[in-house]
Amino acid sequence: MNPLAVLLPDGKRLHLQHGPIDLILEAWGDAREVAAAYRQATTAFADVLPALVRELPVLRSPLSREAGERQGGGPQGPVAQRMRVACEPYAAEFITPMAAVAGAVADHVLAAMLAGRDLAKAYVNDGGDIAFHLAPGERLTCGVVGNLRSPAIDGTVTLTADMPVRGIATSGAATKGSGGRSFSFGIADAVTVLAENAAAADAAATIIANAVDLPGHRAIQRLPASEIDPDSDLGERPVTVKVGKLFESEIRAALKAGAVKGEALRQAGLIFGAVLLLRGHHLVCSNDIRLLRAA
Amino acid sequence: MSGMDHDPVASTDAPEESALAAARAKSDDIVTCDACPVLCRIRLGKTGACDRYGNIGGKLARMDPFVVAQRTIDQEGRMVPFMEGKWDGALVPGPNSFITGIGAGTTYPDYKPAPFIVSSKIDGVDMVTVVTEGIFSYCGVKVKIDTDRYVGPEQAAVRVKGEQVGHVTTAEYGSQMLAIGGVRHLTGGSKKEGVIACDTMLTLCNKGAVEMSVDGGATLTVQGGRPPVINGAAEERMRVGCGSATIGIFAKQWHGHADEVIVVDDHITGVLTEHQAGRFLDMRPAGIRVRGRKSTPGRYFQVANPGTGWGGTDITEPLGIIEKIDPKTAWPGLRLLMVSTTGEHAAWFVLDGDLKPQPAEMPAAISIVVERIGENCEPALCTVLFMAGAGGSLRAGVTENPVRLTRSVREAITRVTSGGAPVYVWPGGGITYMVDVTTMPDNAFGYVPTPAIVGPIEFTMSRADYLALGGHGDFIRPVESIRGVERVKTIPWTPAHPWPLTPQIGAGR
Repeated sequence: MNPLAVLLPDGKRLHLQHGPIDLILEAWGDAREVAAAYRQATTAFADVLPALVRELPVLRSPLSREAGERQGGGPQGPVAQRMRVACEPYAAEFITPMAAVAGAVADHVLAAMLAGRDLAKAYVNDGGDIAFHLAPGERLTCGVVGNLRSPAIDGTVTLTADMPVRGIATSGAATKGSGGRSFSFGIADAVTVLAENAAAADAAATIIANAVDLPGHRAIQRLPASEIDPDSDLGERPVTVKVGKLFESEIRAALKAGAVKGEALRQAGLIFGAVLLLRGHHLVCSNDIRLLRAA
Repeated sequence: MSGMDHDPVASTDAPEESALAAARAKSDDIVTCDACPVLCRIRLGKTGACDRYGNIGGKLARMDPFVVAQRTIDQEGRMVPFMEGKWDGALVPGPNSFITGIGAGTTYPDYKPAPFIVSSKIDGVDMVTVVTEGIFSYCGVKVKIDTDRYVGPEQAAVRVKGEQVGHVTTAEYGSQMLAIGGVRHLTGGSKKEGVIACDTMLTLCNKGAVEMSVDGGATLTVQGGRPPVINGAAEERMRVGCGSATIGIFAKQWHGHADEVIVVDDHITGVLTEHQAGRFLDMRPAGIRVRGRKSTPGRYFQVANPGTGWGGTDITEPLGIIEKIDPKTAWPGLRLLMVSTTGEHAAWFVLDGDLKPQPAEMPAAISIVVERIGENCEPALCTVLFMAGAGGSLRAGVTENPVRLTRSVREAITRVTSGGAPVYVWPGGGITYMVDVTTMPDNAFGYVPTPAIVGPIEFTMSRADYLALGGHGDFIRPVESIRGVERVKTIPWTPAHPWPLTPQIGAGR
């Protein structure tokens, strides 16, 4: 099917869909500027999926600095390059550029919609991975949903233009068949990350969610990713498919393991903050009082 | 959708042949989805990256079935029962198939023609059916519960899992009414409220049971076409009316054959000679006082405790509700009938010389009326009506000039059905319709996470009328071509429904 672009019934938000990519975007500003921004986004969106598909084999391969240099810079497409840049800080551990695909698409479409336009604020939401723009003085309020099976706003985060945050992404248990589309090595219900762009947030959320884990725990069922999806970029690596009963001390221990990772990323300047959720418990990695209060 | 092979619009991103061949090469139980360029290879029982397509039994399938209702006709042209076991699964093309909107998919908000515009020849007239699935934010469910039991005050909140999903609305005769869902609960409240309201509507519309509670009232289990369960007890028969109403209905028929009639009822017990109906007939007061709290003359609350005995009380011996018999008013030989509101229980007494009621054989003139009470009781049911409006954009999927479709429906040129079932279209603007969900095929409804309900809707008219109202003529496909749609599921036509393809007689032209 061809890419779809339709204005949602509220007359304000634009829905872009192509294959597995669903974007909801919205811009605030002069009506003509908004209309032009939506046209630019739609135009840029048309080639997003075809371009990614052309480079799928390399995007599904584990990233390593040496391999990237050998192949002469790795992936070529604009979205693919955003994916690579976002994942490079984690090249020492296992990661493929696919870890940042959703965020990178959001960043790419947002950039296209902003080019030459004068907008007060705008966002591109790619299935929960969000890239946004805030002109000075503007703010954006985001809700955090911990459990997709009974969705409710568990907390809100208000992002202001003075914060160095333009991307937000969530990774976790929402895997195939339970509301999401990807796999995790960890057991987090959700890890939401704030970073300078959506691709960086997406990659970091994947890494932190992988770290929320209780290795070898008998209540955690794992299967090789390829047994579920033969083309998974994770290959034979065991991914979490089911988490049974956990004691409160175990929940805290798993969250702590993730938070240690998150804190390391924050101190390395890779992220601004993270909220980790598991079975009704949460931990926050941040030194920003506004974020701590929100959680 | 997997029917794209037949779509007259060529897809610009059809996968390249070489890519497709390579992806298909290493398959065992894996299917390759060609709905988009990702070319997901999907394992048995799993879905692709988008979750819209999956591998069902080794074949690529849209994840929701597309339902074709089929009528079977014998040689005399009569409808014959559909034998599910003997059916070979093949779709018989032609006028005996009616394509429903169930699983048709939607092009919401309908910037392009509806998913299926099919034609079939009926009685020499080329009929066109436009089938689609509407995504309805503006929709609700009206529930009628046959019971006189108190479910809760009018306007009280109806809750499911603690969230308000509707309210108690104006009671109707012998029934309590609930209004469930609607746009305010779907999108006007919290996310959780919307999700539970959507889930409640979806379950009710797909003929499932929902447990709900009314603020300041009862707990209910509601399921279309099934008796209601109120505070844990299943309602079986509708009473002919409360005790007082029963007196009102049958007073004239008892007059002259009985001197007093007491209709035992847990809600309102009626006493004929004190009741307005008895006075109207100039009946002599009998002086028999029943227990309980007097409401208005001849009408008593709480004559006993609720139970499974007479008239929903715990009474098994009816004389137990008589408090006293006034010797100044009653007389020896007074004929007394005691009966329940369903006619299931009845006893005949005559007062002896000490004014004590003595059991006696019931006269024929009385037993006929007692039987008539039973005859007038109907089985208690819940009925679920889905109500929604086909808005501007949905109509655009049918015609380039949406208002003409509205007019055409109004003038009865176009027939509207929902999953093949007849609907009631409200007068006034728009195409706002109601449909009894129990007349629709199973699992006819779906949802989108907006949240909103997805329901099937079909518009049927002659080809000439379709073209006249600005229909998407280029997109009409013969009904036979639906055979190529892999996820087609054939179901028997409900013989009681008017066949939508029969041209409407007296269509307002």
